[in-house]
Amino acid sequence: MNTTAAALGVHADHVGANEHAHEHHHELPWYRKYLFSTDHKVIAKQFMISSFFFLFVGGMFALFIRWQLAYPGQPIPVIGHILPDTWVTEPGSGVITPEFYAQLLSMHGTVMVFLVIIPFATGMFGNFCIPLMLGTDDMALPRLNMWSFWLLPPGGLIMFAGFFTQTGYAGAGWTSYPPLSALTQFPVFTITGQTLWLIAVFLIGFSSILGAVNYVTTILNKRAKGMGLFDMPLTVWALFITAIMVTLGTPVLASGLAMLFFDNFLHTSFFLPDHLVSATGHGFEVGTGQPILFQHVFWFYSHPAVYIMILPLMGVVSDVLSVFSRKPVYGYKAMVFSLVGIATLGFIVWGHHMFQSGMNPLLGTTFMLSTIVIAVPSSIKTFNWLGTIWRGNIHFSAALLSALSFVSMFIIGGLSGIFMASAPVDIFIHDTYFIVAHIHYVLFGGSLFGIFAGIYYWYPKMFGKMLSETWAKRHVFWSFVFFNGTFFPMHVLGVGGHMRRIYDPNVYDFLKGMQPMNEFITVCAIGLGFTQLILVGNIIYHIKYGKKAPRNPWNANTLEWAAPAHPGHGNFDRDITVYRGPYEYSVPGRELDYWPQWEPGKSISVHHHTVAVD
Amino acid sequence: MSSALNLAHEPLTKIPSGKLAMWAFLASELMFFSGFFGAFIVLRSGNYDVFGAGSAMLDWKLATLNTFILIGSSLTMALSIYHLEKKNNNMFRLFIGLTTLGGFGFLIVKWIEYSAKFHHGLFPGQEHHTLFFSFYFLMTGFHAVHVIAGMIPMGYMFFRSFSKDGYPYPWKVETLGLYWHFVDLMWIFIFPALYLMIPYHAAVAGH
Repeated sequence: MNTTAAALGVHADHVGANEHAHEHHHELPWYRKYLFSTDHKVIAKQFMISSFFFLFVGGMFALFIRWQLAYPGQPIPVIGHILPDTWVTEPGSGVITPEFYAQLLSMHGTVMVFLVIIPFATGMFGNFCIPLMLGTDDMALPRLNMWSFWLLPPGGLIMFAGFFTQTGYAGAGWTSYPPLSALTQFPVFTITGQTLWLIAVFLIGFSSILGAVNYVTTILNKRAKGMGLFDMPLTVWALFITAIMVTLGTPVLASGLAMLFFDNFLHTSFFLPDHLVSATGHGFEVGTGQPILFQHVFWFYSHPAVYIMILPLMGVVSDVLSVFSRKPVYGYKAMVFSLVGIATLGFIVWGHHMFQSGMNPLLGTTFMLSTIVIAVPSSIKTFNWLGTIWRGNIHFSAALLSALSFVSMFIIGGLSGIFMASAPVDIFIHDTYFIVAHIHYVLFGGSLFGIFAGIYYWYPKMFGKMLSETWAKRHVFWSFVFFNGTFFPMHVLGVGGHMRRIYDPNVYDFLKGMQPMNEFITVCAIGLGFTQLILVGNIIYHIKYGKKAPRNPWNANTLEWAAPAHPGHGNFDRDITVYRGPYEYSVPGRELDYWPQWEPGKSISVHHHTVAVD
Repeated sequence: MSSALNLAHEPLTKIPSGKLAMWAFLASELMFFSGFFGAFIVLRSGNYDVFGAGSAMLDWKLATLNTFILIGSSLTMALSIYHLEKKNNNMFRLFIGLTTLGGFGFLIVKWIEYSAKFHHGLFPGQEHHTLFFSFYFLMTGFHAVHVIAGMIPMGYMFFRSFSKDGYPYPWKVETLGLYWHFVDLMWIFIFPALYLMIPYHAAVAGH
């Protein structure tokens, strides 16, 4: 790779002369540059910072939970004694209460889903990659883009404010099923942790919708000259399909949240059965709401949401695998159509979360079948990822290692998903740690490793500096080890019957034998948490002290690498015309093992393979 | 800088980005109201009598008046776009003003309806509230919020049209028009669902 970089360096200097063109952009005040910027790259970094902040917070909650499960009744080390009195069993004891434990569980799930993975996947990568990979100067609607970010921090703040209400933070789980989440014992207009949770998630959902609307518009309207839809990198395809899912799915959640909000705030009874609302003695029929209706509305969004959380990373991983294997993506169109397939099927499988809620068995069977069918497009993707690296000239960079972790962990998470798709098996493992293992294999082993891959891959373009590959590899390695140490034993716990949301496993005799496993998991989880400090340290340290990045450090084909090493407002310093697809690596008849999309040149197609001709 | 380069080109779909984004946003809005309608269908079928009795208590005459006001405002909206594209600023001002007035008229009628309901104790939390009225206030309330949200840029355009060169952006009016027609369309669904689907016996009992 290094020899070819020199060839590109010459090219880079040649176009660098145009960089003074930035000058006629007037100097903006600092708050327009860093805070209320409309530049997609700055917004991407804002999403990155807020996501890392919430990742830290959500991770701390997870460690509290893990401590309580491994060592029930023992004080939390170091920070236990400074916790507020209402959160601990006795002032200064450092042992958290069951109520606070339930709040932590709910908060961990909510923060990780709505404030970490979705903003990372769609907010950060969506903002950073779409305009650059399309070869355009910015989003179609930059000001809307700014608003889509600035709805997020207020959402987070409102959510955290729940800890300081008289009821404490919403404690009904991240799914907030009524009637548990419909607090009718308080008078109308009472602000509870639950109502704040609902407002916050509503705002965050609005933020994703505004972002998604912008992504769809940008991708349809602002591709570089010569770029057809099938010349787009898979990252952009994945973000495109994700944006469509967000556009159609998130508002349905919003409507459910609105109804649940009014059940809490105004004592309507959309989701409450008769006897819970007419306790005030109306003397006439009020009409009975249905708690299960909320589950339908909730999962109509939240099942697509699990694909919203992983599809963008599937795109990122496809790009990273191709670049570092120096091979075209195997089956580009199949990759696109399998994304479409996953997204489409994703909208008709939500009932598999509700096999245990009471459902007509025929309906259950339908949901079971449609869910199992998702294995088909998912397998196409996995097969094609393996086909991409097969006999490739593999460069084991940190990004590639993260991407490989993604693929392997996604396979494990996908296989355990098939267990759950099958209704009879699901009845046994429902609400056990098996589910917890599955969701973390997909969301941490999958999404978060995909996020690592993307950060390691695009860091040079984001900050104009190179990361330390050595430390990055250490981070990926230890994350992989501790991740599996943390979550693999959970499969065993789950099959052994360990419930998903319990405060103290020691209460149950049949769980006592598995307590050492709980302790092992907690030790690994603490290791996993601390390993992430390497990532953050690596990122922060090298913004200032990193080696200056070349324009195209990985010798990649896609358009973001045509931009200056640290692109300013407007992104590009040259005209962009797209001549070919994004994955022309190791093209026969060419000296270099890559052929950027923006470089002119003739080629012919021989048996569906591109061959360069002079 | 991009002006010197080929990056900032005409929209590929030939649809201005603002308008395309509005279409995508309206798809999203449609799903938002679909959530309510889905819940309405499910809960209505489980509480047929409650919904029928509630429906019979609504004032379908006022709602019909509102339907005509809203459809009329959609017409004036379309006319305002027509005249702005013809660069006829005075007529644009007249019609965008009429559209805004239509919005106000709709809200005033809504206010009359709401205060009658409040008076009868049908508001959430009051003694005669039923599940039907939960839906009534939910759907008409969110719809009214949408009407207000549309009237804000509309009023801005109206006042901008007094400036020396008139209102300069026909495509922005067109985008707002899309939204306004959508709000109108949602009302066309809400109106029969809440006001007109009265079972025969409930209609007889109600009068």
